Amino acid sequence: MSILIDRNTKVMTQGITGKTGAFHTRLCRDYANGKACFVAGVNPSKAGENFEGIPIYGTVREAKQQTGATVSVIYVPPPFAASAIDEAVDAELDLVICITEGVPVRDMIATRNRMRGKKTILVGPNCPGVITPDEIKIGIMPGHIHKKGRIGVVSRSGTLTYEAVGQLMDLGLGQSTCVGIGGDPVNGLKHVDVMRLFNDDPETDAVIMVGEIGGDDEETCARWIKAYMKKPVVGFIAGVTAPPGKRMGHAGAIISGGKGTATEKLAVMEECGIKVTRNPAEMASLLKSVL
Amino acid sequence: MEIEEVAAHHPDKIHKVAVDPDAGLTDAQSDEIARKIGVPDASIAQARTFMQGLYRAFVECDASLAEINPLIVTGKGDVLALDAKLNFDANALFRHPDIVAMRDLDEEDPAEVEASKYDLSYISLGGNIGCLVNGAGLAMATMDTIKLFGAEPANFLDVGGGATAQKVTEAFKLMLKNPAVKGILVNIFGGIMRCDTIAEGVIAAAKEVKLSVPLVVRMKGTNEELGRKALQDSGLPIISADNMADAAKKIVAAVIGKQGRPA
Repeated sequence: MSILIDRNTKVMTQGITGKTGAFHTRLCRDYANGKACFVAGVNPSKAGENFEGIPIYGTVREAKQQTGATVSVIYVPPPFAASAIDEAVDAELDLVICITEGVPVRDMIATRNRMRGKKTILVGPNCPGVITPDEIKIGIMPGHIHKKGRIGVVSRSGTLTYEAVGQLMDLGLGQSTCVGIGGDPVNGLKHVDVMRLFNDDPETDAVIMVGEIGGDDEETCARWIKAYMKKPVVGFIAGVTAPPGKRMGHAGAIISGGKGTATEKLAVMEECGIKVTRNPAEMASLLKSVL
Repeated sequence: MEIEEVAAHHPDKIHKVAVDPDAGLTDAQSDEIARKIGVPDASIAQARTFMQGLYRAFVECDASLAEINPLIVTGKGDVLALDAKLNFDANALFRHPDIVAMRDLDEEDPAEVEASKYDLSYISLGGNIGCLVNGAGLAMATMDTIKLFGAEPANFLDVGGGATAQKVTEAFKLMLKNPAVKGILVNIFGGIMRCDTIAEGVIAAAKEVKLSVPLVVRMKGTNEELGRKALQDSGLPIISADNMADAAKKIVAAVIGKQGRPA
């Protein structure tokens, strides 16, 4: 079953004609069932044209009406990314995955505020996307390092997610779905939201949760896991060595006012009964040990 | 006063108010804060103007922090800021050329300024092992692994998801400007970017900078065997590693001459 997306998902690309959008739409279309999944592009100035056979529409609403796409992936530049999300939310899509890095926080606060009470689920921004291996990939992750299986992966970091997947593969463990929730402080799905979905997914047996410094997303998720999670979860938090007050690459990766340290997060996770490792090379072997 | 100390020792003295972005900071909220921080009744109206102005400045300038410290009430009852500090959302600076114009590069770490020219994310740290990684999360994890095996990282350096040979070369030059660096650990997860391409970049960089400190390279992902072979065939004294822990162990051993062990 997987979570969020599967082989039957119909996707439109907002920003399909830009360099990044074009490059990654091609790779996604060529992955597994992608040819049937990636059905539309959106660009107001290129409506009526097509991108290598994928029709381009002027608006999200029109793309949805004409193709039945209910999911969008966004590659538009940062100044316009939040309004691209707004358009997808207004068109009542089921899911919006925003890859764009560098969206101003103020824009995301306004967008999140507008999303209240709407049906659309947001993943990102500043994320690698979502992949259900051997079915569909939506985003910029390398598809071929994954294979179908029963482990869920949720992470705020791109390459650290690939690292976890690479380790799982070395142990012969495939993945149900991998979700990159992104490194921004104001975003869509949080760890806890993804964990709920994995908990309810009959095809997921266990979850690797990868976090990093900043915010209290991991703590919230850990407390939820303690109360409700029926499946084993293992975790790693990046940034034990990160100095306070410095933004470590990701906009949301900052220890501020002494809060959001890796040590604190690891402690809460352990208190909540989650097996954690301080050695990122051991994420998958730790997971295997709890199966 | 140090706000971090207050938060740590007197959390009851920290007052939090959640602002609805549609409504802004309301009169009632402003007055509540003013009373809680001890502004006398006669100055509440002035404090309201002050705090609503501060909120507007925060929003309109895309600030990530606005700190007035100290705030005083004069004998005549005037509410004044004696000092202030503002931080800004770097991602929003494109709409604030006036704020960008105030940037004083002399106040910043020269290495971090240099890095930003090449779109590298670099932060100086106190240790002696330079690390070059693609992706912020993996970069932090690599630093953590170096520490786990008994040494300290000299820097955080994220060359980005799509690292090019040129970026890798600039990154090497940047790390080696730090005289404390006694060894370098490269950790790359080659996804879309192939490991053999990265290896060529590492080899070119090592040759260009005439590398004289130990270099451990760990590559994983697309074409990793080809990448490893390229490093071997380069004739350079590059130490190859199988995984992150192995890489950290090897660089720590090369730099402090002992077998690294998890603390």
